[in-house]
Amino acid sequence: MTESVDVPSRVPPLVLVSGPEDLLAERAVDSLLQDLRVSSPEVDVIDVEPAGYEAGALGVHVSPSLFGEDKAVVVHGLHEATDALQQDLLDYLADPVEHVTLVVLHGSGNRGKRVLDTLKKSRARVIDCPAVKSDRDKADFVTGEFRRARRKITQDAVQALVEAVGKDLRELASACTQLVDDTTGTIDADVVERYHGGKVEATGFRVADAAVAGEAGEALRLLRHAVAVGVDPVPIVAVLAGQLRQLAKVGGAGRGRSTDLARELGMAPWQVDKARRALNGWSGPGLATAIQAVAAADEEVKGGGRDPVYAVERAILTITRTHGSG
Amino acid sequence: MSGTAVVDGPADQLPGGVWRDVVGQAPALEVLRRAVADEDAMTHAWLFTGPPGSGRSTAARAFAGALLCSRGGCGECKECATAVDGTHADVDVLATDALSIGVAQARELVQLAGRSPSVGRWRIILVEDADRLTEQSGNALLKALEEPTPRTVWLLCAPSPDDVLVTVRSRARQVRLRTPSVEDVTALLVRRDGIDPTTAGYAARAAQSHIGMARRLATDESSRARRRETISMATRIRGVADAVGAAADLMKIAEEERDKVLTDRHAEEKAKLLATLGAEAGARTQPPHVRAQITALEKAQKTRATRFTRDMIDRALLDLFSVYRDALVVHAGGAVPLINEDSRVVVEEVAQALSAERILLAMDSIGVARRRIDANVAPLLALEAMAIDLTLPR
Ligand SMILES: [Zn+2]
Repeated sequence: MTESVDVPSRVPPLVLVSGPEDLLAERAVDSLLQDLRVSSPEVDVIDVEPAGYEAGALGVHVSPSLFGEDKAVVVHGLHEATDALQQDLLDYLADPVEHVTLVVLHGSGNRGKRVLDTLKKSRARVIDCPAVKSDRDKADFVTGEFRRARRKITQDAVQALVEAVGKDLRELASACTQLVDDTTGTIDADVVERYHGGKVEATGFRVADAAVAGEAGEALRLLRHAVAVGVDPVPIVAVLAGQLRQLAKVGGAGRGRSTDLARELGMAPWQVDKARRALNGWSGPGLATAIQAVAAADEEVKGGGRDPVYAVERAILTITRTHGSG
Repeated sequence: MSGTAVVDGPADQLPGGVWRDVVGQAPALEVLRRAVADEDAMTHAWLFTGPPGSGRSTAARAFAGALLCSRGGCGECKECATAVDGTHADVDVLATDALSIGVAQARELVQLAGRSPSVGRWRIILVEDADRLTEQSGNALLKALEEPTPRTVWLLCAPSPDDVLVTVRSRARQVRLRTPSVEDVTALLVRRDGIDPTTAGYAARAAQSHIGMARRLATDESSRARRRETISMATRIRGVADAVGAAADLMKIAEEERDKVLTDRHAEEKAKLLATLGAEAGARTQPPHVRAQITALEKAQKTRATRFTRDMIDRALLDLFSVYRDALVVHAGGAVPLINEDSRVVVEEVAQALSAERILLAMDSIGVARRRIDANVAPLLALEAMAIDLTLPR
């Protein structure tokens, strides 16, 4: 990973922000505009949305203004741009205007391909915003967030944060910001627990950790407590399934360094280590039984059964019983 | 073909005229043709039922053509052609990708049904997925079904009568289609799509007579490849890690197919919507009504993507199921041709490795997974639980 630098780089006249991760794309645009404002504080920024785009509007936007300020035209959503907007972009690229920076955002798919190709041919700067999907990507994202803020965070804390709020990248990002703003010193798992311990996912992970460790009493106690305070059993089942899935994957992957394995399996390194520790006491057939029990519970909590909480309890009991039985 | 009447070949051959693509449905055809020929045998609401791929919509459209054609379904004229492709001025087709048909859509249909035919003898309202009518949207149709405008005909399609609200079902005459034979489907692919007989035969068998699927298999190499990959799951699993891996692969195949089919289509739709929305030129933010329409479209697209993925998985599970059906045939030493003649190696390996009892267990588990996915269980988890039961002994 590259270190962030504070020196603004010169922004080229054509920029393509490409990839499906909206949050990263927004940030890329923000940082481009910041850089632009360093060299041109009065820059006039114009956002072009595909919605209601009228043919020719782009031409108006790029025409020189009365006072001759620089302009930045940001075109959102090339991947769903109307034909008119695409044509106007092609026309512009054939004959670009001085003092204008054109930034084009493209999510995914083939729509707008001619514009994409032309941008690349015109040597636009390309900024990639790949989907942040696996827990490994999310952990890297969190690590990057704290590095940018020049703050220290422990591995445990990164793990706890991804588990608690990792489902949605924006939520994860704002959780990072909150921790940076509200705390001082090194952020460890206790700090994260204080802020996000009440989240459904965090609860689910505690239940799952106890269950895969074979601690029936503890797992049931945590589950009942969670249900008592109104936690929905559905996400708890999802976390149970996810944990068992990781055990099965890591168990089947053999030896090797956990970082290599993590890359291969799309998991975060800590997840591999955690799964390896938890695998003590598990056999293949035991895991198989446990996974099937969780699938049955998922059907019941989704409405197939009368007593969803009992369904989860039974799955937990099956998991803890099969643990250590192989 | 010419003349005033629709002429068929000998009884065991394909039907003719506008009915030519309705294969293997002799009993149903008889009923429908009588209704076309004799107004006393006609009624204003019909329910076409039959297993997926049996050609419900094709039969309903052919019926529409026959009703509108001045020669009773010649298959040659403009009325026939436009009724079949759904562009006829007096034919309104509701085909939905969404999980359910909304009240607004139902009311729109009722409005259309209230108008008299513009050019033809009938106004025809075709609802392709009547099983997706909800309590509310079904109710919105009831009055129109009960006291129809004189020249209006409703054609409803659904997999089975049980899938349709009783109130709706009881107001329509049922036409039951059956699964056409492999030979019927093969002949259709050869005639209609110009596919060579060998490929057509493979595709019809592999698709288990599902007409649409057979056509895809016959014409699309990537869909054949996906099917082969799915079939191979049956011999791939030796332990729980393999099972989890196989489930992930099944999921990935379905999602890739979804992305391939839907990503560009969704972008296209959105662009079209954006082009028609009258946002202020050069506005820097979108007005609320524009935002609302975009949000509604995005929601519909998400629903469609979910449904599509589930349908893809279901199809893969039917493919996988067919391997075990074949394995049972091999066990029984039967001389019946295999569904997966082209993957005989896989079938024989399964038959050798598993007892008949274990094969039946595998088939049950596939059925359970289909039921669970239909009941909203996380698809990956349902597939994992199933794949575990497909484990071969080491
Ligand atoms: Zn005709």
